[in-house]
Amino acid sequence: MSADESRRPVRITPCPDGPLLVRGPIEVVDADGRTVVPTRRTVALCRCGGTATPPWCDGTHKVNGFRTPE
Amino acid sequence: MTTQLPSPAPVTTGAQSPMPIPTPRGPLSDTLLRVLTWSADPGSLHASVADVLASPSGSWLEHDDVQLALTCMYELHYRGLTGVDDDWEWQPDVLGARAALEQAVEAELRERVAVPDLPEGSSAQQVAAALFALTSADGGPSMSRWIARRADRSQLEELLVHRSVYQLKEADPHTWSVPRLGGAPKVAMMEIQSDEYGAGDPERQHAALFATAMRGLGLDDTYGRYVDHVPAVTLAHPNAMSMFGLHRRLRGAIVGHLAAFEMTSSIPNRLYGNGMRRLGLGQDVTEYFDEHVEADAVHEQIAGRDLAGRLVEQDPALAGDVMWGAAACLALDGWWAQHVLDRWEAGETSLREPLR
Repeated sequence: MSADESRRPVRITPCPDGPLLVRGPIEVVDADGRTVVPTRRTVALCRCGGTATPPWCDGTHKVNGFRTPE
Repeated sequence: MTTQLPSPAPVTTGAQSPMPIPTPRGPLSDTLLRVLTWSADPGSLHASVADVLASPSGSWLEHDDVQLALTCMYELHYRGLTGVDDDWEWQPDVLGARAALEQAVEAELRERVAVPDLPEGSSAQQVAAALFALTSADGGPSMSRWIARRADRSQLEELLVHRSVYQLKEADPHTWSVPRLGGAPKVAMMEIQSDEYGAGDPERQHAALFATAMRGLGLDDTYGRYVDHVPAVTLAHPNAMSMFGLHRRLRGAIVGHLAAFEMTSSIPNRLYGNGMRRLGLGQDVTEYFDEHVEADAVHEQIAGRDLAGRLVEQDPALAGDVMWGAAACLALDGWWAQHVLDRWEAGETSLREPLR
């Protein structure tokens, strides 16, 4: 990653009826203070609450009726 | 005398060797394989193709001779075939024969797979919404539910054997599209493909994870090892991907295909993983499927909006082929799953010959 790239702010895209897509260097810390290491550069954070792989999205929003406000 | 250091164990990434020459399934594939190994005149291919296409057939997609011939022709563009000179890739007789077969296959696909409802507009969001609606409405047979709840170990092996035809070169057919795209869609395609190819780690390539899963089930992960075992309906899907990927004209279809593939992956792969765990298989086997649960939940968002959506924004005329490519993905997967599940319901193998 170039110096320029690392200075760019993390970009978060709220996907309609879906997860938060996060691009950029992030650190995720769970409720017990443990770091959850992302295994890919772009990650999808669950926001329907139904995922079996928290904090990451596993596609469950497509079958549990989750809708984001228009 | 220098001490010879033991060479490190090679990283197995699956799929480096050429495809073994398969067994012909009729006069066309027989002629083709003889041409490629210098025992028949390349010109003889034209008559051979004309004969096959003039014969009555219910479906070219289920025609073993045609689909195997196409598999071999496309393979010339990937890893090649054992003992076959790489120069055959651009040999005019072979390309002409392939074009004639592709015309028949594409005509059948266009007839059997209608273009779904087009997005209401050509904004990226509208295209993504139309693709998500199409893929969530898919009522195809559920292979993943069978695997999760009912499959025995031999059926898991059969599943991986069918899938190995594509998964040992996973992502490659879509990569053909990269130089045909520009701007945002190209960046989105590369963002997905980078993940598919391990994001800098050869052992994390999805094809390599799949090879590990095959070995974990006691299968041979040699590239193309099981082509002889799978029926035409299994070959037809990777063949269609190659056709979409290798034709600039069909760039909308390969993009739509990838979007549908990613959008129908996370939840089925979780069920596949559950089926493997139910039968006591370890992480070496389940890792491939578990990885796809998370990876494809990311990929489907990128593929819907940034790839397919932005492509249609750039060129609204591609909307029809994007949606058609997505529908073709669902249809091809559905026809394959129907074949396999019908055989399993009847207590038979879904393969052309049993594995053991």
